[in-house]
Amino acid sequence: MAHPAPAPVAEAHAPQAFIWRYVFSKDHKVIGIQYYLTAMVMALIAGLLAMLIRLQIAWPEKSWPALTRLLPTGFTDGVMNPEFYAMLFTMHGTIMVFFVLSTAPVSGFGNLLIPLQAGARDMAFPFLNGLSYWTFLVGCVVILTSFFVGAGAAAAGWTSYPPLSALKGTVPGSQTGQTFWIVGMVFFIASFTMGGLNFATTILNLRTKGLSMMRMPLTMWSMLLVAVLGLLSFPALTAASLMLIFDRHFGTSFFLPAGLAVSGAALVGPDGSPLHQGGTPLLWQHLFWFLGHPEVYILMLPALGFTSDIIATFCRKPIFGYRTMVGALLAIATLSFVVWGHHMFVSGMSPYLAMAFAVFTMLIAVPSAVKVFNWLATLWRSRIRYTTAMLWALGVVSLFISGGLSGIFLGQSAVDIHLTDTYFVVAHFHLIMAGAALFGVFGATAYWFPKMFGRMMNETLGKLHFWLTFVAYYSTFFPMHYIGVSGHMRRLYDPYQYEFLKGFQPINQFITISAFVLGTSQLVFFVNFFWSAFRGKKASENPWDANGLEWTTPSPPPHGNWPGPIPEVHRWPYDYSVPEAPADHVLQTDPAPIGERAH
Amino acid sequence: MPAELLQKTAPGLSGPRDPEGQDRPPGGDGPSPDQFLDSPARFGLWAFMGTVTMLFVGFTSAYLVRRASADWQPLAPPSLLWLNTAVLLSSSVLLERARGQLRRWAPGDALRWLAAAGLLGLLFLAGQVAAWRQLAAQGIFLASNPHSSFFYLLSGVHAAHLVGGLGWFASAAFRLRRLALTPGEDGLGLLATYWHFLAAVWIYLLFLLFVV
Amino acid sequence: MTKLQGLLFGLATVALVVLATFYFTKTWLPPLLSDRGDIDRAFGLTLAVTGVVFILTNLLLAYCGWRYQDHEGARAAYWHESSRLEWTWTTITAVVMFYFAFKALGLWAQVTSPAPADAFVVEVTAQQFAWNVRYPGPDGIFGRTDVRLVDPTALNFIGLDKSDPGAADDVTMQNQLYLPEGRPVRVRLRSLDVIHSFFLPNFRVKQDAVPGMTTETWFVPRKAGDSEIACAEHCGANHFRMRGFLHVVAPGDLETRIKEAGQ
Repeated sequence: MAHPAPAPVAEAHAPQAFIWRYVFSKDHKVIGIQYYLTAMVMALIAGLLAMLIRLQIAWPEKSWPALTRLLPTGFTDGVMNPEFYAMLFTMHGTIMVFFVLSTAPVSGFGNLLIPLQAGARDMAFPFLNGLSYWTFLVGCVVILTSFFVGAGAAAAGWTSYPPLSALKGTVPGSQTGQTFWIVGMVFFIASFTMGGLNFATTILNLRTKGLSMMRMPLTMWSMLLVAVLGLLSFPALTAASLMLIFDRHFGTSFFLPAGLAVSGAALVGPDGSPLHQGGTPLLWQHLFWFLGHPEVYILMLPALGFTSDIIATFCRKPIFGYRTMVGALLAIATLSFVVWGHHMFVSGMSPYLAMAFAVFTMLIAVPSAVKVFNWLATLWRSRIRYTTAMLWALGVVSLFISGGLSGIFLGQSAVDIHLTDTYFVVAHFHLIMAGAALFGVFGATAYWFPKMFGRMMNETLGKLHFWLTFVAYYSTFFPMHYIGVSGHMRRLYDPYQYEFLKGFQPINQFITISAFVLGTSQLVFFVNFFWSAFRGKKASENPWDANGLEWTTPSPPPHGNWPGPIPEVHRWPYDYSVPEAPADHVLQTDPAPIGERAH
Repeated sequence: MPAELLQKTAPGLSGPRDPEGQDRPPGGDGPSPDQFLDSPARFGLWAFMGTVTMLFVGFTSAYLVRRASADWQPLAPPSLLWLNTAVLLSSSVLLERARGQLRRWAPGDALRWLAAAGLLGLLFLAGQVAAWRQLAAQGIFLASNPHSSFFYLLSGVHAAHLVGGLGWFASAAFRLRRLALTPGEDGLGLLATYWHFLAAVWIYLLFLLFVV
Repeated sequence: MTKLQGLLFGLATVALVVLATFYFTKTWLPPLLSDRGDIDRAFGLTLAVTGVVFILTNLLLAYCGWRYQDHEGARAAYWHESSRLEWTWTTITAVVMFYFAFKALGLWAQVTSPAPADAFVVEVTAQQFAWNVRYPGPDGIFGRTDVRLVDPTALNFIGLDKSDPGAADDVTMQNQLYLPEGRPVRVRLRSLDVIHSFFLPNFRVKQDAVPGMTTETWFVPRKAGDSEIACAEHCGANHFRMRGFLHVVAPGDLETRIKEAGQ
């Protein structure tokens, strides 16, 4: 064959009625925005759950009449029930990790950006893409509905360890609520898998002429790796979830051993033989964390990609060590598959296995540190434009340093003995996973909003939002390191039942108030987002004078992404402040023999 | 691809003037220097098969861990399984036949072989259900012992993927009938890849559950 | 306005460094009552190294953020590669991480080594929401248990089989644990229902109690006195109330105290 047959992609569709254009759309830009907005709603809900958690920890025995009227099943005589508290932290974690932080950066921005940065008309499989969103939405509905079924939502933690999650009598949430959790997660995983197929295929197969792998923006690299991570790691949770459903409803013993007695009653049949035999709870943990660890990198990598691209744009300087940055992303993604046991150091797992996990965990700090050094080197002798997006990117660097360093304590298995299951871990993952990923989303929003909606966000509100969030974020989560080191455990409805924790109520109150400030500050973002989407200043094609392909098309791009032919790429996206260049940036599509092409 | 045709499209926000997208390659005027496989659909299928493989890898690790415990009672495979396996493998063979016929410009024959392969696939499914009932008749159910749990679970998950494959058969059959699949080309290639993959998974499961 | 941001960012980062340094140089670790001082030392070393890195990287971040602000006539340097720099900082980081990994392995091997043969053995069976403690008695044998014999009304929480000769001298109690000062202690952990985690904050001891298996940990209590036992794994609604009491007593008094407290 003279040339490959046109790929059976992007069955183009003329703009049609509202419902096909904006609801059941196959256009990646619309789908990206759908995911983003849905993630916003889920974030609001999960954020409110967090506020309730913090309220309880700060003032455990207090009565809340207003809340009791709103949520009668969660409160008795005005005081929150411990069962409800368990549902709160379970669902806060589940919704935030999967339905917000895997969704907004990956399904939201990934969908929006990949075809644009790749120089493609749409994703490889637009119908599958639309289907992935609606599957996701079903998952959201199922997971939220779980609050209203039977004895309430799942309450075994977002990690759902059996036997607590498998035995219905051990906590009320393990009745119907846990089943809804599993079903909701299955829909989510199906949706994410569909997305992952689209991302990987589009990035690897639909790049425009001249766009080699080593000319891709780091955002694209991160999306590719996230897709691969998801495709290879989510099946472990699928397998585990199926086995958990079977244990819960069909009497199998994948995770349930013999010799169980709940509330004084042995779990035996009428003839005295045990209802379960020989299963092990540790199997769930291995399978869950086989997903769970790559999952947290699924949350992180896009933020790392966004940060690199935003920093380069607003420093007017190429990202330092591009090849190394790609290598670091690859190393982090690869190593993420062999560190999962660091969540299980005290689980009863073999100590030899623990050693292997500890070594790999310490190793993964190296590519992570290298990324920080490269960002700092990018800032060095640069020329920083302090837009909102740049502030968020710097915030990511700051949080990545803080959160990453605390990981070094936890990776040393013996030190982890003291720190695991305490607030030190809560501090660590909120700073690095929630914080850096969240800041990445805010940064991406500030940066690509003009491309999404054709309007500029308000810079003053944006900066106000950043400062409130940055300060409140640190003041909420940094003190958690201290109480964690003091031994303050996680998931405690009332910590002050313990003598050794009584003195920490003032710190917990400080954290709670900071959390309220953090939560309230997000209102500034919502106002800015929605006001700007309708009334913001009209945006040009390239408001930031950036280099990527997405900035060579109108804001927002038309259906089919480029009004004319798709541009050809001639260089990497980081030619900023090239000495011989007429402007301080050189578009990827510019064929002039300067900058990267001069090498 | 005729670049002039592309340049004739009107710039602006209303979108290009070829709604069917017939003359617009998805990625510029040609592939970029290091494209992987020419067909996104084929790549997508392989990626999907990677995911499905990881699912069975997860189950395998669970199975191996579980098999190591003291209370393991090996299950004798229901006799139907061997026949079912032969049926599934035959189905793959017939599908290859269909695929070949389509490439050799015989869509009518291809459709017949496709239907036959599909029927065998259905027969396999029915056979699996019958095998389950064979076990149940011996008093061995899902929760009876760990080996039976895994057998039902794994054969069930495999069957679920097979049902998806049969849906694909139906869709392919309809398209073949309408001649939406072009004779002389490998229109059944992806389906065949997936179907053979499922056969391979089944052989693997048999091996894991009953031979090793 | 954007110029202000650079200054603010620099200041905020410096403020973070100062606050963090101040708070982290206080002692937050609970007073150590066991022989696991090496954990504290490892923690301290990690704190020192990560603290220095934290301060340096943040100060550098603050400096760059303040110094390299865009202004009229400024031009960024088109400098984006330096193999030497990259090799240097990568190697240093790798060496430091390998050092920590190596030390961590040694310490872990020490902590997870088998208990000495003459260790004082006690069994703790966790349940929702209490710690059932059992001593093997003079015969040193833990009697047979069977979950079908669990009878809370008869205070038989762990299903001790009274007909088993090994069980005759077993002493059980709930939420009270007596251990000898200065002698290695081996704790066998079990669970009746869900996963719990046996946590002694002052001893740097934490080990999950998993249904269907017996996990173990050993340590040496170094100071007599009372402290708390906490549950560190979410185990249900009343996880927060799963509080036990640890009493480290002089070896001579141990038997009496156990007998007094036994059920």
